[in-house]
Amino acid sequence: MSKTHVTTSINASLHEFLCEPGDTLLDVLRNELQLTGTKEGCGTGDCGACSVTLNGRLVCACLVLAVEVEGMEVGTIEGIGQSDSLDVIQEKFLEHAALQCGICTPGLIVSTKALLDENPDPTEAEARYYLAGNLCRCTGYDKIIRAVMDAAATLGGAKEGV
Amino acid sequence: MVSIVYAAPTSIQDAVELLADNAMPANVLAGGTDLLIQTRAQAGSAESRLFVDVKKIKGMSSANMTPQGLELGPSISCAEFTARDDIRALYPGLVEAAGLIGSTQIQGRASLGGNLCNSSPAADTIPALIVNSAQCVIVGTQGERRVTVEDFVTGVGSNCMHQGELLKLIFVPTPVARTSDAYLRFIPRSEMDIAVVGAGVSVTLDASGSCQAARVSIGAVAPRALLVPEAAAALIGTSLDAAALTAAASAASAAAKPISDKRGTAEYRQHVVGVLVKRATLIAADRVKP
Ligand code: FES
Ligand code: FES
Repeated sequence: MSKTHVTTSINASLHEFLCEPGDTLLDVLRNELQLTGTKEGCGTGDCGACSVTLNGRLVCACLVLAVEVEGMEVGTIEGIGQSDSLDVIQEKFLEHAALQCGICTPGLIVSTKALLDENPDPTEAEARYYLAGNLCRCTGYDKIIRAVMDAAATLGGAKEGV
Repeated sequence: MVSIVYAAPTSIQDAVELLADNAMPANVLAGGTDLLIQTRAQAGSAESRLFVDVKKIKGMSSANMTPQGLELGPSISCAEFTARDDIRALYPGLVEAAGLIGSTQIQGRASLGGNLCNSSPAADTIPALIVNSAQCVIVGTQGERRVTVEDFVTGVGSNCMHQGELLKLIFVPTPVARTSDAYLRFIPRSEMDIAVVGAGVSVTLDASGSCQAARVSIGAVAPRALLVPEAAAALIGTSLDAAALTAAASAASAAAKPISDKRGTAEYRQHVVGVLVKRATLIAADRVKP
């Protein structure tokens, strides 16, 4: 089968790649483009480890075909913060020890950024519902939610209570 | 491994021609959240399969409010749909049903048309579409036909569409004045689960609060979502008093033909469907604007 040529914007820079029609965006990010920050947990849309944005909307990269992103804008964890200057969300995850093995962390940070872009002032309940599609098997959600709420407060001031 | 051939037509006509071509089995690709997983589940098979991505066709992913009603592009994502305040103002129950499907990430892709065409007995949007008298506009090489949502789904995972047909539009008529709707489902967790029971209700009240019209639809308690005219009849002409609500609940329980499975027993579903019909009726009535 002949490969398809796809042109897309990833983290605001133009990328071109060749893929099979059945390849997922997750396959291409990790295996073709070496953007391995996006993780694969389940491959079936259940865990959120592969969270990326597509034209600004949070999606699972494992449920998007790479051919579909022609002409679209993809946002991955590599577009958030730099190794010498972390994003506030990343700093808060470190401060609150909101990670252990770290497999869920890129997905959670991408999702938290999408949450705070949409709703800069979430209640704890809103944050928990929004992030319900990001599973973590080691840290426990309390530390993660503390990091998220602290990031929201630092960035703008979160509402009190739930 | 199923090998996928991908096409992204830009017109309805091209899409229908691709779907009608017998060269290989074809599927419509909208949000893909069910299709990709179902295709991977057949990983052992050596067949080729055509995915017809309909999202590049104008109008397939947009929602347009007209004086007659809402023209809904079937591949609109739940996230885009639920963000529309103008739609929420007229069809709050339908928006609440769409907002219950999957996680934020799934919402970003999963479509209303996909939820309908996947035709799960537990699909949340189907009872909500039924109580709003929504119609499916289906197009094929022979032309167009319209089917009500209650007649669209024919069984577990099956619907009335033939090979080569495409769901082109979901039309939701503008509700008459003093009408509103609500959808409730029961799940054992607080988020991210599949309905054990679902219930949609739409009511029209007069100025004194008496019920002039009603539609009741129940989900996850039969092979497909059911319209229950007996439950609606129990509400019409009443002030939605306790006796009327109890009668509507009994009618819904009587119409339900649930199975017992890991999500719940048949008896439990039969009971809960009545409870949800009562509660959804009160929420819908409360939403009616004076
Ligand atoms: S890898 Fe995509 S949701 Fe788990
Ligand atoms: S830190 Fe290991 S899965 Fe979350």
